[in-house]
Amino acid sequence: MEPIKIIEIKKSIFADNNIDADELRDELKKKGVYLLNLMSSPGSGKTTTLIRTINLLKDKIRIAVMEADIDSDVDAVKIKEATGIPSIQLHTGGMCHLDAEMTRQGLDSVPMEDLDLVILENVGNLVCPAEFDTGSCRNAMILSVPEGDDKPLKYPLMFSVCDVVVINKIDVLPYFDFDIDKCREYVRMRNPKAQVIPICAKTGEGVDVFADWILREVENWKK
Amino acid sequence: MHELGIVFYIIRDVKEAAEANHVDHVSGVVMNIGEVSTVVPEYLTDCWRWAADKEELLKGCELKVCTIPAVSFCEDCRQEYETVRYGRTCPHCHGENTYLLRGNEVEIKEIEVPDCPL
Ligand SMILES: Nc1nc2c(ncn2[C@@H]2O[C@H](COP(=O)(O)OP(=O)(O)O)[C@@H](O)[C@H]2O)c(=O)[nH]1
Ligand SMILES: [Mg+2]
Ligand SMILES: [Zn+2]
Ligand SMILES: [Zn+2]
Repeated sequence: MEPIKIIEIKKSIFADNNIDADELRDELKKKGVYLLNLMSSPGSGKTTTLIRTINLLKDKIRIAVMEADIDSDVDAVKIKEATGIPSIQLHTGGMCHLDAEMTRQGLDSVPMEDLDLVILENVGNLVCPAEFDTGSCRNAMILSVPEGDDKPLKYPLMFSVCDVVVINKIDVLPYFDFDIDKCREYVRMRNPKAQVIPICAKTGEGVDVFADWILREVENWKK
Repeated sequence: MHELGIVFYIIRDVKEAAEANHVDHVSGVVMNIGEVSTVVPEYLTDCWRWAADKEELLKGCELKVCTIPAVSFCEDCRQEYETVRYGRTCPHCHGENTYLLRGNEVEIKEIEVPDCPL
């Protein structure tokens, strides 16, 4: 047997990303640009919710969207057509999450000095995006009614990193045994600070509450 | 399936460590993987084989996994317990004020390099 030497490393693979993310946040603070990271399972309604929310906000603040959920540009095009705001497609090459470095590359291609808010539609997945800090100012997630009220129990990390949990598709509540109060309680167990906002992106019900939350956040960030 | 993505981060960090230590071949990488880290060790080693062999530095390099058992701590009775078995609820006092002490690690513990005394 060949003799071997052992070199101790003891380094988390998230360590470099956490440093990159903190640097990016500092820079966003200096520039007065607020980055919101929006996460969910595929099909929970990220794109539909964004369109509704942006249409409530676009006359008040300057917004752009970075789309990473799927590698084709259908969502980016949909957002641009439905809201008129700039929307770019990030190519994740099939990665199951975005890290701070990929987010920074995306930000390099939007006109940061002309913006107040950038929303990142993250890859549809409840596991990995929670582990990789993108450098965003806040994280929000969407849980849709058909997915079940016990998701906070199954994906605790995701719920513990989010400041807002939007419960979407409340129009279909009569057809599912989804208990909003129970869900609130499960979210609270994982993250007592998280705000829960029930909405219907299809009709727009409740979306104003989410839009107001974003507006307050952006104003505070710029102070 | 995010193990391939994780493998790319491991490769990046191992390359960095190899450079810092002036090493031109790494024969083994030992990972600490927590029981509740969401990384599946078998997938990780499969992805590793595929990706590592594409790198000159890591040809034939073996990835070894040390599993770190998940342990939680209860703030109410100040005792530890096995996370995987009992979840968020303390088995000693049934309290819910618990948090994970360890078990979500995804870290490179050490690397092994051929030792050729000159
Ligand atoms: N019933 C109902 N359907 C919705 C609602 N919001 C979104 N959808 C539908 O859910 C599907 C996925 O929505 P989308 O916004 O593309 O989800 P994304 O993959 O998270 O971006 C689409 O068919 C939407 O029309 C809602 O509030 N109620
Ligand atoms: Mg979408
Ligand atoms: Zn993943
Ligand atoms: Zn206890």
